[in-house]
Amino acid sequence: MCRFFFLILAVILIVSGPRVSIAVEPGEVLDDPQLETRARNISVELRCLVCQNQSIDDSNAPLAKDLRILVRERLTKGDSNRQVIDFIVARYGEFVLLRPRFGWHTFLLWLAPPAILILAATAMFFSWRRQQGPADSGKHKALTADEQKQLKKLLSGD
Amino acid sequence: MIIEIGHFALILGLGMAILQMTVPAWGAYKQDAGLMRIALPAAQLQFVLLLVSFLALTHAFVTSDFSVQTVWQNSHSAKPLIYKISGVWGNHEGSMLLWVLILALFGASVAVFGGNLPDQLRANVLAVQASIGVAFLLFIIAASNPFIRTFPAPFDGNGLNPILQDPALAFHPPFLYTGYVGFSMAFSFAVAALIDGRIDAAWARWVRPWTLAAWMFLTLGVAMGSWWAYYELGWGGWWFWDPVENASFMPWLAGTALLHSALVMEKRDALKVWTILLAILTFSLSLMGTFLVRSGVLTSVHAFAVDPSRGIFILVIMLIFIGGSLALFAWRAPLLKKGGIFAPISREGSLVLNNLLLTTACAAVLIGTLYPLVLESITGAKISVGAPYFNATFGPLMVPLLLAIPFGPFLAWKRGDILGATQRLLFAAACALLVIVFIFATQSRGPWLAPFGIGLGIWLVFGAISEVAFRVKMFRAPWEEVFRRLWNLPRAAYGSMFAHAGVGVMVIGIVATSAWQSEKILAMKPGQTVAIAGYEVVFEGVAPSAGPNYQETVGKFSVRSGGVAFMQLFPSKRRYTVEKQVTTEAGIYASWAGDLYVVLGDALEDGAMSVRLYFNPFVRCIWFGTIIMFVGGFISLSDRRLRVGAPRKTKTQPPLPAPAE
Repeated sequence: MCRFFFLILAVILIVSGPRVSIAVEPGEVLDDPQLETRARNISVELRCLVCQNQSIDDSNAPLAKDLRILVRERLTKGDSNRQVIDFIVARYGEFVLLRPRFGWHTFLLWLAPPAILILAATAMFFSWRRQQGPADSGKHKALTADEQKQLKKLLSGD
Repeated sequence: MIIEIGHFALILGLGMAILQMTVPAWGAYKQDAGLMRIALPAAQLQFVLLLVSFLALTHAFVTSDFSVQTVWQNSHSAKPLIYKISGVWGNHEGSMLLWVLILALFGASVAVFGGNLPDQLRANVLAVQASIGVAFLLFIIAASNPFIRTFPAPFDGNGLNPILQDPALAFHPPFLYTGYVGFSMAFSFAVAALIDGRIDAAWARWVRPWTLAAWMFLTLGVAMGSWWAYYELGWGGWWFWDPVENASFMPWLAGTALLHSALVMEKRDALKVWTILLAILTFSLSLMGTFLVRSGVLTSVHAFAVDPSRGIFILVIMLIFIGGSLALFAWRAPLLKKGGIFAPISREGSLVLNNLLLTTACAAVLIGTLYPLVLESITGAKISVGAPYFNATFGPLMVPLLLAIPFGPFLAWKRGDILGATQRLLFAAACALLVIVFIFATQSRGPWLAPFGIGLGIWLVFGAISEVAFRVKMFRAPWEEVFRRLWNLPRAAYGSMFAHAGVGVMVIGIVATSAWQSEKILAMKPGQTVAIAGYEVVFEGVAPSAGPNYQETVGKFSVRSGGVAFMQLFPSKRRYTVEKQVTTEAGIYASWAGDLYVVLGDALEDGAMSVRLYFNPFVRCIWFGTIIMFVGGFISLSDRRLRVGAPRKTKTQPPLPAPAE
């Protein structure tokens, strides 16, 4: 639950931040600041196909420039963010997305980190439990108050 | 002639490494002290031979001996001297030679400083260390020999990739490699312990300084790379989740976890099996980083000097070492006895949490980096995994980790008091809260979560200081006693304070610059003024200029504040004549409040220039924070209790007379 909460927080933090572009040129910027912000948010999610691991927002390559202009054209025509991205994916394939879509081919990618966290935490819990030894396995009686006190003293002393 | 000496020394170095790998291990098996001792001169001689070899190559680069193929391919006579030297490791062959040189240096250091190690452990450690050397020396001699001659010697060289011709990048690889390769020590100790089937707290005490030293260099190396990307690539960004960056970041994450788990092992004799595994994994990630960068399987903005045909060789080396050590681990680890019991809320417990989150974060980075490669080779489908993925998976793991850091040092070993720790951290929490409220009151821009991010950084800084303040009884005891306690406090305590505070400073920088960066993109004509973040920037014009091996267009900008011009910036666009490449040099005015960052774009039709201006608030904190972390590591390393070979102190230091006031 807690993890989920943090995930949401992180997503909000990432999505809501003002986008600062490195490569956008003066002529490309849209007059409507709201539309421009949306264009930026889309641009950082799209890969410049001829570059190495840069988003079209970061790249000076001509193809990236074309894609930036294309994104803005679609937006001014009234497309939603989703429609713009779908349009570009339909043309260039899923490779263009820097955030891969969740699906049969990426479920391991998306689910492995939380699964590892849960598995590792569980493993650590059981290894800790084993280390403590069998606590209440019938054979052992509960400690008396005196023994408890002694135990506390032993544990707190270095 | 010098080249042939270098070549010969390289081959002799391989011979020496083979000797160091076999004889001492046999001696350890047979309990023969004489055979075991051969490791010592062998390790030192191996280092000297490789140093000769490296210096010979450096000589060829400095004197521009283009009859050597590597020099011809990667250097040019018109290059400034510093880049002739850095050109030695700016290419594949030379960088691999540097790699084994550092490996041999670590081996030789164990031979020289490891006098108090048990003979058998030392012999095994040096044998394992040499086995890594043998593998990579074979690779160098067989598949990437830097001493190959070419005939007839060409008139001039092809030059070095221009974006590598930069002072920070000149020293980035040596730092990075010292970090990567430094983890080989932890690996060799781990494998030696598994061979021995015996491991104790003393083992952790020997391993920790080496791991700490490697971690320090890796921290600085990664930071230098990020700093270089910030001002040289002209993107203004400082981290791109690029596969090659990830390749250096994963060993850092695992190494950080290792530092902390080795602490538990040393102090409490617990987490032994895990620490051994982590030592193996950390170096495996270093090996993988070398493989990924050097093989060309990754497409990356940083992957220079790659050659796919050599990838297979490094892949085989990697599989042998990782597979072999993990198999050995599976076979021998059950022999290791388990130690110290502890409650979940305790210093040990907090360090386990640290390890859990760091290794999971490392796994997330690993999966994101390798997944596209694996998917493509299995199904042929091509996908990209970029910054949005890493922000969504790595980010959420860091938040609880950072929140928990200040609690750790306040919890006692074995069983801690979380309520007491919280009380002692109230001051830090109050500071963080105050800053959050202040930012909300003064800042209207930016995401609403950003003030909490800054608060997190403040929490880390003051949390770290609180720990030392509490231990010296600041404000609770007379000043003399506080000073005496400050003086007597182990340096490791200051080390961890600085390291943790450094993380906080870095967090502040990251959050501030991501949330409140301002930008202006516009076409400017000479004489035009633009206002950004309280500054007025006047574009004075452009002028052509020439450097030793490039032509450039330099823009001149005056920066004014309150009508007074106080600074001029000269961003430029360089065209390297030999390499026929263009680079941008940003003009940066740096202050504590932030960087004014000006990039010159292309010339437009009507005499205007395309100009991009950014103000990156507190961006320096990112690298300043890593320097504080480095300093923390250094202070900790100088702690007497950690120093290798330092005799154990029996007497406590006499209290110093209180300073007169």
